[in-house]
Formats: sequence, C-alpha cells, structure tokens
Amino acid sequence: MNIFHPGDCHAFEAAGRRFVYLAPSAAVLAIDGVSAAVLDAVAEQPRSREALVSDLADRYTPIEVEEAVLELARVRALRAATPPPPPARRVLPLTPLPLSTMVLNVTSQCNLACTYCYEYGEDKIVDTANGRQPKWMSEETARASVDFLLRESGKTAHLTFFGGETLMNFPVLKTAVAYAKTRAAELGKEIDFSLTTNATLLKDEVIDFLAEHRFGVTISIDGPPDLQNRFRVFKNGAGSYELVAPKIRELIKRHRSRPIGARVTLTRETLHVRRIYDHLTQEIGFWDVGFAPVTSAPGRSYSFGDDGFDHVLAAFRDLAQDYRDAALANRHHGFSNVRETLEEIHKGASKAWPCGAGFGLLGVSTAGDVALCHRFAGSDDHKLGTVHDGIDREAQRAFLESHHIDHKTDCRTCWARPLCAGGCYHEAHTRTGSTLRPNLHYCEWIRGWTDTCLRIYGEIAQANPGFLRQFEGDAHEAPQPS
Amino acid sequence: MKHLSPVNEKARMLSRAMDPRPVDAEAATDPASARDVVALDQQGPPQQPTGPHIPLGCSTIFSPGWEVDRTGGTAGLCQPVERDLFDCHLGCFWPAQVPDQLNHAPDWTKKCAAAQKDWRKIDLIFP
Repeated sequence: MNIFHPGDCHAFEAAGRRFVYLAPSAAVLAIDGVSAAVLDAVAEQPRSREALVSDLADRYTPIEVEEAVLELARVRALRAATPPPPPARRVLPLTPLPLSTMVLNVTSQCNLACTYCYEYGEDKIVDTANGRQPKWMSEETARASVDFLLRESGKTAHLTFFGGETLMNFPVLKTAVAYAKTRAAELGKEIDFSLTTNATLLKDEVIDFLAEHRFGVTISIDGPPDLQNRFRVFKNGAGSYELVAPKIRELIKRHRSRPIGARVTLTRETLHVRRIYDHLTQEIGFWDVGFAPVTSAPGRSYSFGDDGFDHVLAAFRDLAQDYRDAALANRHHGFSNVRETLEEIHKGASKAWPCGAGFGLLGVSTAGDVALCHRFAGSDDHKLGTVHDGIDREAQRAFLESHHIDHKTDCRTCWARPLCAGGCYHEAHTRTGSTLRPNLHYCEWIRGWTDTCLRIYGEIAQANPGFLRQFEGDAHEAPQPS
Repeated sequence: MKHLSPVNEKARMLSRAMDPRPVDAEAATDPASARDVVALDQQGPPQQPTGPHIPLGCSTIFSPGWEVDRTGGTAGLCQPVERDLFDCHLGCFWPAQVPDQLNHAPDWTKKCAAAQKDWRKIDLIFP
C-alpha cells in the first residue's frame, strides 16, 4: 500500500483560492477543494489512498478523491513514501553560449567613500590600490572589449558601464559607445547601453549624451538626506545628498527616452523601506526603486543579523501590498523587487544557477580581464579569460559544472530553489570565502519573500490577469551595484 | 487536468504535456473523447484524430499486426492496441513495462478479467 507524503512543492492561498508552486518545475497551479483537502490531510499526516478516501468521505465522493490524488501525484505535489529519486544528471548548457550582457568596469576609482562598499571597504576582493589592474580602462581596452562582446553575442548585445564611479571615465565611455554603434551596425547586430552611477558627476553634457543614446540609467542612492549621508559620503566624511539630489532631478527631467531607476543598499542602520521608497519616487521622481541588503562579512557594524532580515521582510511585505493594489487597478508601482520576482514566477523560471554570471553575463576589468561578473572583475581567482584572448572555455565549463544547484545539498529539498538556486556568488564569497556555498544566512528571508510574491501573483492572476502579460516578453535589467 | 488549473506559463506547459489535445476540431469539442484512449482498429466512423498519429509500442517487428498492419498502416490491425499492455505482461520477455507482480503488486490485474473489456480497471502502481 502506498503512503502519500507532501511532494516537492509549496502550498499557498490568495484571494480565497488555494495554489501550489511546484519545485523544480516552477509551475503554479490553482487547486480545487478536494485537491486542497488531500494536500492538507497528507501535510497533517502521510496517508494511503484508501485512508484519504475514507477520511474525506464526509465531504467528497471516492471518485473525486481518487482523481485528485492521481492528478496531484502526476504533477508530484504528492509523493509516495519511497525516498525521492536521486537528482537528475546535471545538464550543462551547450557551449559556446551567446553572451547577452557585458559589464565594463571603466574605472576602479571612485569619488565617494561609501563605508559599506564591496570594492573599497573591508570586504574587497580586488586590490584596487596596489594590484595589477590599472585605475582607468584605456580606449584600446574598451574597443577590444566591444569587439569581444560583439564576437560572443547573439543578435542583441547589452553593454553596461560600471565602476568605481563610472562617469569618472566618461571620455572612454563615450568613445566605447561610438565604436560599439559603428561595429554593431557593420555586423548587423543590435546593441543597447546602460550604466550605474552615484550621480555626483551628472551634468548637462553627460545627461544629453545618455538621453541621446537611450541609456538605461540606474542611480545608487540610499534615500532621504539622513539615510543617504549615513554611508554614501565623500572621503572627508561629508554626505553626498545635497550634491546629487538636484542632479538626479535634472536627469529625470531631461532623459525621457528610458525610465530612471534607483538602487538602494539597505543596512541595519537604514531600514526604512517605505520612507525611502516614498522619498525617491515622490520627491525625487524615480520610476522604480530596487532594494538590496548590503553584502558584507558577518559582524560588520552595518551588516544584518537575523532580526535585520526579519525586519526587512516585514517592511518589504508592507510595501508589496501597495504594489498589489496598484496592479489590481492597472496602475504602475515602482517597487522593482516585486516586479522582478513576479516576472520570474510568471515565466516559471527554474534556475540551475542563481544568475547569468559566467555565461550570459560577464564582467570586464580595467585591464581587460574577463570575470564572472562586475563584482569579481579583476580578481585572478575568478577570471574566465581576457577580451583579447576570448573566454577560457575550460574554466567556464569547470565553473558551471561545480556551481550547479545539484552540488548544493542544502538547497535540494527547498521549495524556493527554482528562483534562488543558492543566491549571489559574491554574497557567498564575502560571507563564507567561497562562491560554491549557498547563502544559508538568508534562506528564511528568501522563502518568506518568495511566499509573499506568490500570494500577490495569485491575487493578480485571479483578479487582473491582463496585468501579467507585460511579463511575457524579454526584459533586460542592468546589473546592480552595492 | 480536472482538479488542477494552470496559472503561469510553466504550468500551462505542464498541463499540455499531461493532457494532449486531439488535433481535429470535432474531437476537441467533445471533452470525453478528447481525453479517452481510442482503438486503432475501430469499426465504423473513424474515432482517431485525423492529424498525425504515431503508433506506440516496444516493437514493430516481433508482433506483426499489432502496431502496424501488413501495409504499414493502422487500418487493418489484427489486435487492439490495448494488447500492448498484456503482451508485455504475459508474453514478452521485457519486464520493465509492468509492475513487479511477484513481490510488490501481486493483485495488479485482479479486476481485469478480459483485457479488451476491463483494461480501465488496471490501476497505476506507485513504487
């Protein structure tokens, strides 16, 4: 006799309906009353089919229960008592993979001295002061990088400029854009541009250039003056809010060809999610705002303890309800953390790797070294070739093989793994010293946040499914700084 | 699927994989026939979808007249496709198609007195 247990899935409720999110397929299914009753019964205590039929006999006919058990078992929302089968053989993507996004670190220099910065602070990976990497990328390296991107990309290529403070090397950025446009046209490829900046060097000439070339612009900013000036300071300790706020307003006024986004780093001392969101959208005028907890080794004065993640989750949930209300009324809401998660849920993303780093996305250092992503650019331990010699396919293959989700035994039974896949390599490296380890310090936070977004997704799918159609095309997001 | 409804794109793919729809419009309007198994050698009006159909079975060589007829088509089969199950169960050396009836599921075919008539009574066995 088979005893049924709950399968590899997460049950949730939204708008008075019951749903299941299946792992690893990432399918979302609405379930009817009898299916919900079956899942509830086995969650309370594993049971045989016969026991389910008799235990639910007061509400459902035997045929209804049997059908529901069969369907739930077929989608693996129920599993028989035998241990789950070993994970499927790792399937690595076919190489060479087209490169979608290249992040060009045009300088390692910065005019701010943000205390928490992973590039300059206590947790830096690359020696930006005494290492082999030059402080500025040369025009020649930028052109070689563009050639590399257009050689490795498919029909469409995304070129993202990063730093340091990106705009400190504006001359090289400008020549790289001109060269990229010419070369892409010659090769019949499409290319678009984005950058991340701290906004200190925005001036009319720069803004006009960004607007003319339809740059996707992400501004690193932490909120109103008291929060921005807490960590985002100049080298003399002075806060940067008063300098950047008018420049950002000017950018938003003049650069109308693409929406401007803010990217906020949350620390244990600046956990005011709603206040930050309201300030950045209503008083500055950002189209959307994304939040990320600071990346740091444990024990830093600004890093999160467990209670910090709980607090962020509660604040995120609160703001996410506003997003839901806006979505149900077909209004825009700029809380981009929700939008990004909803898009992944709607598409049914199921990841073997947490992000595209190392295959679809690569970072390039000022010297032209190719690395996993912009956060590792210039690190010899995470190098995957150079823009001159191309991608080191053997190193790339070894990286993808060793970082596959199936190697992360802690993740194997987690229902949130289709979306998380162990989390950011850089976060893991900073916390544990290895990109191979999953980020176990924020598992509860990831599951809590995924559950919140699933509920919002369920509500929107019930009440305003047309809203979700916006997630059915391809979308490109600029990489995020810390 | 009757009790579960797909919500996101991945669930719709899952649903399509589990509930393939017939290709002809007439059968599609009749949910009962759309979900049922139809015999290839059915007399009378054709019940089989008019689109492409791939006869399934483990061999087209060892049991002629079973998956394809002597012309290579499916119109003149000498045995019903349901026989597939029982050929593996009774006559075929290939054991993987059916449950282990010596140890694990000795009563698997208890309710199935005649395969052609009672095949729906044969239940799924979970390992």
